[in-house]
Amino acid sequence: MDDLDQLEAQSIFVLREAHRKLKPLSLLWSLGKDSNVMVWLARKAFMGRVPFPVMHVDTGKKFPEMYAFREEYAKKWDLDLILGDCPPVEEIDPSLPPAARSAARKTAGLAKLIDERKLRGVIAGIRRDEQATRAKERVFSPRGAGHRWDVRNQPPEFWDQYATPYEDGMHIRVHPLLSWREIDIWRYIERENIPLVDLYFAKDGKRYRSLGDQDITSPVESNASTVAEVIAELENSKTSERAGRAMDHESEDAFERLRVAGYL
Amino acid sequence: MGDTIVNQTLEQAYRAAATPIVIVGHVDHGKSTLIGRLLYDTDSLQDGKLAQIVESSRKRGLAVEWSFLLDSLQIERDQGVTVDSTRIPFRLGSREFVIVDAPGHRQFLRNMITGAADAEAAVLVVDAKEGAQEQTRRHALLLRLIGIRHVIVLLNKADMLGFDEAQIAQAESDVRQLLGRLEITVEAVVPASARDGDNIASRSERSAWYKGPTLVEALSNVQPPAPRLALPFRMPVQDVYRFDGVRYVAGRIERGTVRQGDKLAIGVQGQVATVAEVCRWHAPEHPVAGAGESIALRLEPDLVPDRGDLLFPAGQSENAPIKSARLRTRLFWLRGEPLRVGESFTLRLATAEHDVTVASIDAVVDLDDLSMGPGDIVQPDGFAEVTLAASHALLFDAFTPGLGDGRGVLVDRFQRIVGGAPLIGEAELDEGVLAIHPTGSRVSAEAQQRARGHRNGVFWLTGLPGSGKSTVARAAELALTEQGVQATVLDGDTLRAGLCSDLGFSPEDRRENIRRAAHVAKILAESGQVVVVALVSPLREDREQARRIIGEGFHEVFVDTPLETCETRDPKGLYAAARSGKIAEFTGVSAPYEAPLEPELRLAADLSEEEASGSLTGYVLRAVQP
Repeated sequence: MDDLDQLEAQSIFVLREAHRKLKPLSLLWSLGKDSNVMVWLARKAFMGRVPFPVMHVDTGKKFPEMYAFREEYAKKWDLDLILGDCPPVEEIDPSLPPAARSAARKTAGLAKLIDERKLRGVIAGIRRDEQATRAKERVFSPRGAGHRWDVRNQPPEFWDQYATPYEDGMHIRVHPLLSWREIDIWRYIERENIPLVDLYFAKDGKRYRSLGDQDITSPVESNASTVAEVIAELENSKTSERAGRAMDHESEDAFERLRVAGYL
Repeated sequence: MGDTIVNQTLEQAYRAAATPIVIVGHVDHGKSTLIGRLLYDTDSLQDGKLAQIVESSRKRGLAVEWSFLLDSLQIERDQGVTVDSTRIPFRLGSREFVIVDAPGHRQFLRNMITGAADAEAAVLVVDAKEGAQEQTRRHALLLRLIGIRHVIVLLNKADMLGFDEAQIAQAESDVRQLLGRLEITVEAVVPASARDGDNIASRSERSAWYKGPTLVEALSNVQPPAPRLALPFRMPVQDVYRFDGVRYVAGRIERGTVRQGDKLAIGVQGQVATVAEVCRWHAPEHPVAGAGESIALRLEPDLVPDRGDLLFPAGQSENAPIKSARLRTRLFWLRGEPLRVGESFTLRLATAEHDVTVASIDAVVDLDDLSMGPGDIVQPDGFAEVTLAASHALLFDAFTPGLGDGRGVLVDRFQRIVGGAPLIGEAELDEGVLAIHPTGSRVSAEAQQRARGHRNGVFWLTGLPGSGKSTVARAAELALTEQGVQATVLDGDTLRAGLCSDLGFSPEDRRENIRRAAHVAKILAESGQVVVVALVSPLREDREQARRIIGEGFHEVFVDTPLETCETRDPKGLYAAARSGKIAEFTGVSAPYEAPLEPELRLAADLSEEEASGSLTGYVLRAVQP
């Protein structure tokens, strides 16, 4: 087995654990590269079908290309797609910096879906290498009442044994991609030929490395217009993946505050 | 590739997975600084990261603080501690590593385990001047328990000793001795300064005498794990799916290989099925799968295994897992309250879940000197060896470092992981002991003491018939009760009227009488009471048995009234009956009485009844006062 085989096998193991242990369960599909890989891995785990609903929490501010992609692949992959909306920005904590405040809309939309469907498990495609607070995550990450993440009191987790504590109002975030790195994602996309939104590929010297809402994501300088070129570019890059995400740079702890409150 | 998936040349052509390295050690011995330095020295930092660290350090009035690279949470920067483990990828030449930063504070042990449990190698950071500290010992022990095979010691802050060869040799010898006692093989001991970069990525001029590897060289020497493909096949069933009329038995292969046509035994029942197909989705068809792969099997006949059932080669007894309902295990205990015998848990072994009870705590590790000794409880963050009893036999392979086998965890009824249990093997059942599963009280000794206002204890009165044991015991019971002590008396005639009415006065029956009395006294004492036992209990050996059963809190009281006095008193007319031959084997007349040699309390013959009970009452009060 090479490193991608190992990552794949581990993610399949995690997805199968989640499916067995957490019901009702749902998978978050943001339409980005990571969550496409995640849907793909779920199909691998369950012999070509995704046996739980796939949720898209829609801010209404995604790129048109993303909406088109969603319609096409929800059908093609036979997904049980659930759409969730987000409250207007006026309803969000005004003490947050502007971009973080905008991003927090998604947290509120997600919280609404989780509560409505009484979900016990939510599969999310975060990776440790994306951002420092994500590096602190568990594979099965319990969220207390109000969906809060207690960073300082996380359960022990080792030898592929995942705690599933439960009280009313709690749910578990499941992170099958936690050990993957950005370059692993791209190499796997190449190997498996997983479809992606075109925005990831360079046009006029720019491409999106990470896709958020239109108003808070900017493209990076790049000439990589194919998966192979993206991989080559990443192998020589030392710029952080989320450099184009405004909220990561607003204040030292903005992202941590968002995540404690339930943001991905 | 042919029939086998073990193909070294091809495997080498693949990219190897990153080797996880855990960095452990006592708080403030320099773990985070070391990691920051390693990333900087190996050019593994992202753009802007260095500037960010310099800025964060400047804001707080510090010189460049390498540890800020990892201590990324606000709380960590403000309080200067690492709260949780972090993973950082890093590359040495063509080799990928993942550094796991493990926090050193004692209360964060579970986070350290979370980070370290799957590491291939460990760097144990020890302050060269301070030497091994409590967390050094704790982490070293943990490395052994979780089976990390390669340990590199970094003698950090060697600049504080001026890289003095003799002092560093002394520090090295101390650490080697510690790790030697734990049977941990040390790959290298590197004198270094993480802050200044000596002997981390480049050789230090300040330690010209040192001929060993730098830390980076030592890490490069760590060999990746041997493939598990050559071992007998094991696949714990993770789940069983039925899609479009086809049943798929899903799981991850822990060891060995499986191929279409193999005959497999399923779980404890051992039903046999043949592998009809090795199933994968969107992957090249291949009739073989090997260790590490998450696959699905179609079985013929179409049996329905349960989650947790172990699949293993059928008809090969030499390759079968161990089957037992009692298991011995090492244990690291992660719950905030101590572990006691009799507590019940779920033992998770791979995907299996078994109800188990802690049948005994066989040895507890003393963290000061790492010795193993007997113990009644395992303290939070403690280490022990225990015996677990299950209601049914279960299948397992003993824990082997580097393999996934026998790595159990204990889960409480809230589905929280409270302990790690690398299994040692089958526990032999002591002769005559049935596989019973006692439950332990959830009321701690401290809580009992708080509720009752005093400690418990068993006060065992021995003496000739008619010596006044029951009289003294009852008087003391009254006096103690009046002082708020919850006291109970177990006397010979009361026991023989009911609980022991089936027993006579043969030496065997007397021994059984004493055994039962001792167990009842123990149960009452464990509920927090003061128990006064009044039994002739003539033989030393039998009283010693009672002492063993009751354990701590047993007090022997000799009611030392001479035979003549007893015979004169003869309150029940028993001596007269014995003398006339109506009672056979009467203690003091026709059966022996062995006086205690060193009783905890002796009530002398010349005491009045009042003085004797007063003496006993005073003794009990002193013994049970909180």
